[in-house]
Amino acid sequence: MELVEGILKKDKKTAARLITLIEREDPKAIDALKKLYKHTGNSYIIGITGPPGAGKSSLVNELAKKMRAKGKTVGIIAVDPTSPFTGGALLGDRIRMQDLTLDPGIFIRSMASRGSLGGIAKAAYDAVNVLDAFGMDYIIIETVGVGQTEIDIVKVADMVVVVLVPGLGDDVQAIKAGIMEIADIFAVNKSDREGADKLVTEIEMMLDLSQKEFDLKPPIIKTVATTGIGIDELEAKISEHLSYIQNKGLLEQKRKEKTREKFMELIKFHISKMIFQEKGDIIETLLKDISNKVIDPYTAMEKLLQSIIKGE
Amino acid sequence: MQGERTIRVLIAKPGLDGHDRGAKVIARALRDAGMEVIYTGLRQTPEQIVEAAIQEDVDVIGLSILSGAHNVLFPRIMELLRERGIDDILVIGGGVIPHEDIPFLKECGIAEIFTPGTPISQIIDFIKNNVKK
Ligand SMILES: Nc1nc2c(ncn2[C@@H]2O[C@H](COP(=O)(O)OP(=O)(O)O)[C@@H](O)[C@H]2O)c(=O)[nH]1
Ligand SMILES: [Mg+2]
Repeated sequence: MELVEGILKKDKKTAARLITLIEREDPKAIDALKKLYKHTGNSYIIGITGPPGAGKSSLVNELAKKMRAKGKTVGIIAVDPTSPFTGGALLGDRIRMQDLTLDPGIFIRSMASRGSLGGIAKAAYDAVNVLDAFGMDYIIIETVGVGQTEIDIVKVADMVVVVLVPGLGDDVQAIKAGIMEIADIFAVNKSDREGADKLVTEIEMMLDLSQKEFDLKPPIIKTVATTGIGIDELEAKISEHLSYIQNKGLLEQKRKEKTREKFMELIKFHISKMIFQEKGDIIETLLKDISNKVIDPYTAMEKLLQSIIKGE
Repeated sequence: MQGERTIRVLIAKPGLDGHDRGAKVIARALRDAGMEVIYTGLRQTPEQIVEAAIQEDVDVIGLSILSGAHNVLFPRIMELLRERGIDDILVIGGGVIPHEDIPFLKECGIAEIFTPGTPISQIIDFIKNNVKK
């Protein structure tokens, strides 16, 4: 109960501790999440993704300051990849967010992806709920997106800002497959550099060629995160987009889909875990028979299902 | 099923000195030793360091300093931690720190001071053997 109380009283130390327990898959975390669930659903969740070094953290810093100036509170989750070799991670996003550290209306947590594919830490889903129940108006999730990995962000966020920078050559081509589908807004950051307009044109062309029907065609905004240029516009477009999807009922629909997907994943995970635990011996026996051509896999599956239904 | 226990470390540079090569080398070495290292950058105030350590819920704070202000900044950080009711974070220091200052810093609650030339493996072992959480 202590954890839950702490979160509802907006105690940052408790929020930080609960996120750690979530990362460790501690049963106490599940207990707390159960009780916090009814307090969630009130934050807007914004994903920020793009290649490493694009200026995502710098943009998050500037955006959060704008949101604070409007009296809103902001939770930030910055996810960086875990090294597959050592299990360690270097989480450097706070370097760009030093201005925010002492702001009482801001909470920042760096997370390593810890083995989950798809760029987003498994624990990030639950960490979002913690900050939601905590009462943050906005939750921004920064993830590194290259190739396919940025796609996971849509499973968590209400909307996604894709950050690109000029001068990465064929980058747009290389990452377009994943990105076309998920961007609600494009930020062309480092637009103090040569090639920003060209990149804007390239993105426009890609959007025109895309088969996707847009409810709202993604705006493309040039930004310079280090000086603050374009941030007002970016923040305005984000609010506009959120209002639009809310008023059209799209937000509710999207959240329902996310809830469904999340619950399906939960079911699949736990049911298969249970089956492998309870029916491990039968599965192994069947497997041997399949290998020896004593039985075919389809009949084996039916036998397994029979034993699950009759069993218990 | 519990996830395996990953040590989280905040590497911070209090004070005004201008480069962080040493801190970055340590940060990478700790990452390579399997830790999650939150690096916060240059010129951190004690208040910022303690707040970041709380939000990141770290097991360890590693302070790196070259400016000579350790006798002021390190005790201040320990004081702030105490004020916030935190006694389970291991705090270690490194950088250019004269030997005669070390006893005072340890008295203030810094668990260990690593002076230049300390093999990084020694720092890693110290952390692994002394985390409190
Ligand atoms: N010239 C320029 N540099 C920028 C801009 N935005 C960020 N940077 C720099 O790009 C580097 C990477 O920024 P960071 O925010 O950490 O990128 P991230 O890896 O995408 O989070 C830093 O050195 C920033 O100062 C920009 O708009 N223009
Ligand atoms: Mg970043």
